[in-house]
Amino acid sequence: MILASTVRRILTQLRHDPRTIAMIIVVPTLLITLIYFMYEGQPQVFDRIALTMLGVFPFIVMFLITSIAMLRERTTGTLERLFTTPVGKLDLLFGYGIAFGLAATAQAAVAGGFAYWALGMDTAGSIGLVILIAVANAVLGVALGLLCSAFARTEFQAVQFMPLVVAPQLLLCGLFVPREDMAGWLQAISNVLPMSYSVEALTEVGVHTEPTGIMWRDLTVVVGAVVVALVLGAATLRRRTA
Amino acid sequence: METAIEVRDLVVKRGGRTVLDGFTCAIPRGSVTGLLGPSGSGKTTLMRAIVGVQVVAAGAVTVLGHPAGSAALRSRIGYVTQAPSVYADLTVLENVRYFASLYKLGAAAADAAVEAVGLDRARGQLVADLSGGQRSRASLACAIVSRPEVLVLDEPTVGQDPVLRDELWDHFRGLAADGTTVLVSSHVMDEANRCDRLLLIREGLLIADDTPAAVKREAGTEDLDQAFLTLIRKHEVATS
Repeated sequence: MILASTVRRILTQLRHDPRTIAMIIVVPTLLITLIYFMYEGQPQVFDRIALTMLGVFPFIVMFLITSIAMLRERTTGTLERLFTTPVGKLDLLFGYGIAFGLAATAQAAVAGGFAYWALGMDTAGSIGLVILIAVANAVLGVALGLLCSAFARTEFQAVQFMPLVVAPQLLLCGLFVPREDMAGWLQAISNVLPMSYSVEALTEVGVHTEPTGIMWRDLTVVVGAVVVALVLGAATLRRRTA
Repeated sequence: METAIEVRDLVVKRGGRTVLDGFTCAIPRGSVTGLLGPSGSGKTTLMRAIVGVQVVAAGAVTVLGHPAGSAALRSRIGYVTQAPSVYADLTVLENVRYFASLYKLGAAAADAAVEAVGLDRARGQLVADLSGGQRSRASLACAIVSRPEVLVLDEPTVGQDPVLRDELWDHFRGLAADGTTVLVSSHVMDEANRCDRLLLIREGLLIADDTPAAVKREAGTEDLDQAFLTLIRKHEVATS
């Protein structure tokens, strides 16, 4: 099966790059530890920020990794070559989505587990839901990375998409200023940015013991954004190029 | 003789420049056809059109009876790009196995392809650690692994040592003897002698389409470099 072997191929590429694996696994954990010491003695603040960051870090990391990996497929000619073979566009897009989604699951599990058990992070809801939302957010990063790589010709350009795509979502997701306190037009922008929903979903898990309707709705919105980004990504993949 | 690839009135524009302007040729099945011409003459563009990854402005390219690039051809055609297009962060064998899997082929096919390009001893090495010549052979292995009916090779012998180059050409000849249609581009004229037919191309125009012997006869010289030059001049006089 082409999809399965594509997933295996991408994971094997990752396996040959232990430094990247180490960064994927260790960096979010280190940053959450940093947040822990920044807010030492203020466990409520730490809980809120660390919870949000558990959703944000996988998004950033997977966005970067995917956009560079896809750009490499384009610039090294492997993409052109793959398109002369029976590979389908969806095999490739889902191949990246699944492979990096698995990496993101490992990342979220390690960072989440560390935050809960070593740093004493506390949420009303379960860690399983936190990881589920973090993984959805990571897959969103993968999907947007695939899409953005189509608009970058060089790795320099690809990296610049990160602040463009990530920063507004991070600023407007409700972490710095509660969404309801923002000016109307900022709220309107915030409403169309998918990360607003994943952060809201995480906040719901933070304060409610059982999964809420809002949480499921938010998660659905994030998954919907993934599908839209993948469909748009498929549209940017062309078998024939000029 | 049966035709494997037919190009009719092909027009391709790239970056505002007309690279091929009404190009027409036919390539017989089960032969080694050399596509020769200087850098920038349109060789790669023609090959891209044949494998179906090039946007074409006009004309038709038919491969094995199907329009170039159609889904039915994807398991029957092999393409080796000029720059080796393999994953640098995979080993030789991992690369070839991945490409084998795209055709639903297993490890045995991958092993055979690696052996055919003489990379058995480097099979476990990362492509990033290989020499340029080894990389392009790894790239070749990924194309021949599916035993395609049509094999399109863009300068596959550049940078290979003479012994290996000789072996690769023997391999191409062997494939053609088994019925594979091989189209191979080169700018090295001495390789042209090993082809069944030659397509000489310059600035997007077909200068000659014949056997090496006939090309030399027409130009009145045994030296293919010289023959190419003579034919270009003849062509220029005829069209001016």
